[in-house]
Amino acid sequence: MSDATVTLEGPSGPKPKKYFTRRNLFLYGTLIIISAYYLLPLYVMIVTSLKGMPEIRLGNIFALPSNITFEAWGKAWNGASCTGDDCGPVSRGLRDGFMNSVIITIPSVILSIAIASVNGYALANWRFKGSNMFFTILIFGAFIPYQVMIYPIVLLLGQVGLYTKLGGLIVVHTIFGMPILTLLFRNYFVSIPEELFKAARVDGAGFWGIFFKIMLPMSLPIFVVAIILQVTGIWNDFLFGVIYTKPGNWPMTVQLNNIVNSVQGVKEYNVNMAATILTGIVPLVIYFFSGKLFVRGIAAGAVKG
Amino acid sequence: MAHTKRPSQLFRNMAAKIAAIPMIFTTLVVFVGCTGWTVVYSFTKSKMLPKKIFETTELFSIPTPSWLSDGSLDFSYISGIATKNFVGLAQYERLWNSDRWLLSIENIAIYGICSLVFTFVFGFILAALLDQKIRFENTFRTIFLYPFALSFIVTGLVWQWILNKDHGLQQVVRDMGFENFNFNPIYDADIVMYGILIAGLWQGTGLIMCLMLAGLRGIDEDIWKAARIDGIPMWKTYIYIVIPMMKPIFATTLVLIASGIVKLYDLVVAQTSGGPGLASEVPAKYVYDLMFASQNLGQGLAASTMMLTFVIVVVIIIPSIIRAFGGKKNHV
Repeated sequence: MSDATVTLEGPSGPKPKKYFTRRNLFLYGTLIIISAYYLLPLYVMIVTSLKGMPEIRLGNIFALPSNITFEAWGKAWNGASCTGDDCGPVSRGLRDGFMNSVIITIPSVILSIAIASVNGYALANWRFKGSNMFFTILIFGAFIPYQVMIYPIVLLLGQVGLYTKLGGLIVVHTIFGMPILTLLFRNYFVSIPEELFKAARVDGAGFWGIFFKIMLPMSLPIFVVAIILQVTGIWNDFLFGVIYTKPGNWPMTVQLNNIVNSVQGVKEYNVNMAATILTGIVPLVIYFFSGKLFVRGIAAGAVKG
Repeated sequence: MAHTKRPSQLFRNMAAKIAAIPMIFTTLVVFVGCTGWTVVYSFTKSKMLPKKIFETTELFSIPTPSWLSDGSLDFSYISGIATKNFVGLAQYERLWNSDRWLLSIENIAIYGICSLVFTFVFGFILAALLDQKIRFENTFRTIFLYPFALSFIVTGLVWQWILNKDHGLQQVVRDMGFENFNFNPIYDADIVMYGILIAGLWQGTGLIMCLMLAGLRGIDEDIWKAARIDGIPMWKTYIYIVIPMMKPIFATTLVLIASGIVKLYDLVVAQTSGGPGLASEVPAKYVYDLMFASQNLGQGLAASTMMLTFVIVVVIIIPSIIRAFGGKKNHV
């Protein structure tokens, strides 16, 4: 394209844009100031976690660390060496909570997506009498405050012996992830051309045959969206973790809250901030790497009704 | 829709029915059953009897009942609590006479109204700014949205630190020479909800911005062009043309923000632990505390039923008002 324009005389091409118009200055200025507000907490977290306690006591929370130390990170992860036999979760470090969160998140994500995708598939292609009623209840269920259901669920889990166990929490996450995920999958499967489904039926494929051979291979993107949605959601959960597990099984968020908000001992702000970053890092990494898919996931999750 | 001729034999659809068992279980047992249980038992005298001594360790900000920490749940003890001794509206009477509950309602009202207005306005302004065909749009969007990936616990703890009265923002401004600068919302009972609001807005505005941006992108380019040709200033185009066209998105975001407000719990627990004193009590926390910590089940059930009532109002009544209101305007 440049070859053709070279032969022409005089100025050519589109009118050059002015970059420093008053509009642009205002626009970008505003955006940059707002960005600063959004980035500030992340910056403060990182900076604080790299300082030593004396520096925090004397200095400014916004100042860069004068000498960087990773001590707080080690302490947040491994826990402080505790003396005496009263080594509560506070002194244990976040490592345990991290492992618990992993153990909770992986099966919960797999189970909830497996169930919800089959639900969505049944609701889109194999409707039976009453299936729409169940779907409606499911969507309404997404709006019921969890507080209304938590106590009876304690009783139910107690009955089957899963209360305070990680298994119980996995069941709870599967149940409460169901409305949004089912909606997500149903809407996706509805958008797949009906002819494909019909052709497979004519060829003699059944419920599971069509699901595994036709629907699954076609719906990889929506599975990725669902995984992102669930991993961040379950990792960030606090309420269910605190209700349905006991201290040894606490997920990371619950343990973090207990470390930082414990009233015992001297507050170590650098350790607190290191622990906070460690807890936030998993969803943040997912967010930064998944980009548009994350946005799609939350938009799908947001438009629940 | 997918099958025009519904299979008449029962066994044909059996696979689908079997596959839907978890969904049927969830809807009937959990969503209908558990909600119903809570509503019914909120009319009873249910109460946790202090059979086991309640063990509050100073270590935890959240009091942990003894039967939670040792992991073994004496089930006969639990089932003895929920009595079928119906007492009518007594629990609700007590609830609405409780200062703590009234405070939690007041707090959630303050937080809710401010959060609704600010999230809505800021979300729209941010979306409108990003919709100006700017460079680095993706970068800005990533920055505005990343807090949403973080949990409320992380959000609350970060802002607790930034608003720390000895080392945080207040001290930094004082060190700059403004000796009398006072800004310690999370230590002042009168304004503690605004301290939580700052954190809540930081976390949640990005999502609303994203939804609004999607709505703005859905508006036909030609409308903008037509408005420009007619010489209508941009702000007028927004107010008279664009905003009325975005009513469906606004309805969605309103419902979304409102149902998020009712759930407000983790943020308060992390940022203030409900303090100072009980100044930042919210309904969700009240329910948790009465059910699991204060061993007053009946009150917790009644309070959670009130939350449910509120959500029903917000999810069913408000959208239908907006739909009626918006529908009329669109046809003019």
